[in-house]
Amino acid sequence: MNIVVCVKQVPDTETLIKVKPDGSGIVEDGIKWVMNPYDEYGVEEALKWKEKQGGDVTIISLGPARIMETIRTALAMGADKGILIDDPSLSGADAFTTATALAAAIKTIPYDVIFCGQRAIDDDSGQVGAVLAELLGIPSVTIITKAEVADKAVKVLRPIEGAQLSIQSPLPCVITCQKGLNEPRYASLPGIMKAKKKPVDIKNAAALGITVDMKAKVVKTIPPPARPPGKIIEGEEPAQKAAALVKLLREEAKVI
Amino acid sequence: MAKGIWIVAEQRDGALRKVSYELASAARKLADQLGEDVGAVLLGGPGVEGLAGQLAKYGVDKVYVAENAAFEPYTTDAHSLAITTVVKAKDPSILLLAASAQGKDLSARLVGKLATGMATDCTDLKIADGKLVAVRPMYAGKCYGEIVVSGSPQMASLRPNVFPLAENAKAGAIEKFDPSLDPAKLQTKVLEVMKETGGSIDVSEANIIVSGGRGMKGPENYGMLEELAGLLKGAVGASRAAVDAGWRPLKDQVGQTGKTVAPNLYIACGISGAIQHLAGMSSSKYIVAVNKDPEAPIFAKADYGIVDDLFKVVPEITKEAKKLLAE
Repeated sequence: MNIVVCVKQVPDTETLIKVKPDGSGIVEDGIKWVMNPYDEYGVEEALKWKEKQGGDVTIISLGPARIMETIRTALAMGADKGILIDDPSLSGADAFTTATALAAAIKTIPYDVIFCGQRAIDDDSGQVGAVLAELLGIPSVTIITKAEVADKAVKVLRPIEGAQLSIQSPLPCVITCQKGLNEPRYASLPGIMKAKKKPVDIKNAAALGITVDMKAKVVKTIPPPARPPGKIIEGEEPAQKAAALVKLLREEAKVI
Repeated sequence: MAKGIWIVAEQRDGALRKVSYELASAARKLADQLGEDVGAVLLGGPGVEGLAGQLAKYGVDKVYVAENAAFEPYTTDAHSLAITTVVKAKDPSILLLAASAQGKDLSARLVGKLATGMATDCTDLKIADGKLVAVRPMYAGKCYGEIVVSGSPQMASLRPNVFPLAENAKAGAIEKFDPSLDPAKLQTKVLEVMKETGGSIDVSEANIIVSGGRGMKGPENYGMLEELAGLLKGAVGASRAAVDAGWRPLKDQVGQTGKTVAPNLYIACGISGAIQHLAGMSSSKYIVAVNKDPEAPIFAKADYGIVDDLFKVVPEITKEAKKLLAE
C-alpha cells in the first residue's frame, strides 16, 4: 500500500505569539518549530497501516528549508521517503495554492491513501486536506478519530455535535486526522540515524508545473483584544465568595 | 458580476440548527451594507422546503431548495456537488457557512470545487471597498487575522455562538433547483449515526461552559461540574491535562489542540491556565476562575476570580445559583 502523509511545520504550542508592529505577520525570531500535532496522528496512522498492510510511506511538506527537519522527524518515526516543496513564490500560500502544489507532487507518485492533519495549529484553516482531495478527484473524510481499512475501502469514525458518524469511503481517499485517532510514537535513536540516509526530493513550483494564483490573503495580523483587568472576589468563607460571584454574574455580567 | 450574500443553511433531522439563523442574521447585515439580497441554500430530504419560512424570519430574501433522499444524512459528496451546481449557476459574491462539524467538512470541499479562498471560523465580518474583510482567530486565538478573499465567491465560515441573532422578516421566496447528482460521484456513505445519550450540549455550541482541569483531582469529582452546568443549561469542558489523564472525553477538550470556544460564560475550575488552554477560551465574554493558587495564569484572563478550594466553592456556587433561578 502506498501511503502519503502531508505534514506542516508550525510553532510549538508553548509559543507566545507576538504580532509585528506593522501587522504584516508574526515575529518568528526564537520560535521553536515542530511538526503540527494533528499531522503526527497522520504519520502514526500511516505507519500502523504500513505495519499491517505492507507498503511504503511518503512524507510531503511545503515550506522553507527549515521544514526539512520536520520531514526528517517523520522519517525517523519510520516513514520511508520525503518530498519537500520549497519555492519563495509559495510563501504565505493559501489553502488552495498549498493544495495545488501538494496535488501536483502527489500526482507524480503512486498513492492509495493520503493522511493530513485535520488542521494546522498556526493558521487553523482546516481546508487543505479536502481541497487536495478535490484536486485529485478522490473522496475526503475529515476530522476523524478512527480508521479501519478493508478491501479497497476505509471505515472511519467522525465525531459531530452530539453524535458520531460511521462513514465508509473507497480508496484512494484523503483522511484528515483528529486527536484520539492514535498515540504518535517517538522517534528512536536508530530511527533518527536511519532517517539521515532516507531520500528526500526537493522540488520547486516550476518543477511541479504550477503557477501560483492566491485566492485568499491575510491582509493584517492583529493582537487579540485585551481583556479588561478582572477582580478577585474577597470574602471570609467559600459560601460568601460564591454568593458574591453569583450576584455579579446576574447583575453585572447578566449572563445567568 | 457576482451578486448576493448567500448562506448554506444547516439542518439536522428536519430542524434548522441555531447557527443557520446566526448565518442569516450576519448575511442580512452585510447585504444591507452592500445593497444586495440574501440567499440561502437549503438541502434535505423531501419536505425540507417547509423550513424556508424560518430562514425568512432572519432576513433571507430567497431560499434555494433542493430535496433529495441523498441529502439525509449529510454527506460531503452530495452536499458539495449540489451547492457547487447552484452557486455556479447564480454566482453569489459572498458565501457563508457554519464552522460547525458539518460546515467545516463541507466548506473545505467547496473551496476546492469552486476554486476560491475562505476565511475559516470567523468571529467578525466587515465590508471595506465593497469587499468582505473577515476577522478570525489564528494560533487558536493567540492573534487575529484580517482576511480578504480574492477568489469568487468570497467564502467564510462563521464560528457558532458568536454572531448575534437579528429577526428581520423578508420574503423568503422559494426557488427549487435540480441538484443534478451523479450517483457515480456519491462515493462516501454514512453507515451509521450513533447519537450520544443524555443529550448534553457540545462545548462548541454551549452558551455557558463549566470546565475542569488537573485541580479536579480525578474523574469522580466532575459530578459537581455537571450539576452546575446542568443547572445553567451549559456544557462541561476540560483542559488537556484532564483529557490526557483519561478523566474526560476528547470532545470536551478546550484549547489549542482541542476546541476553541467563545461562550457567554466560561467557569474554569482547577485550571491553571496553560497558554494552550488560554488560547482556546479567552474570547469568552465572561471568564470566572476558581483556583487555590493565586499565581495561576488563569486569573490574568478572568473577569472574576475566587482564590480558594474549588471543592468548597463550586458546591456553594451551585447552591446560590439554584436559589437565584428558583426566584
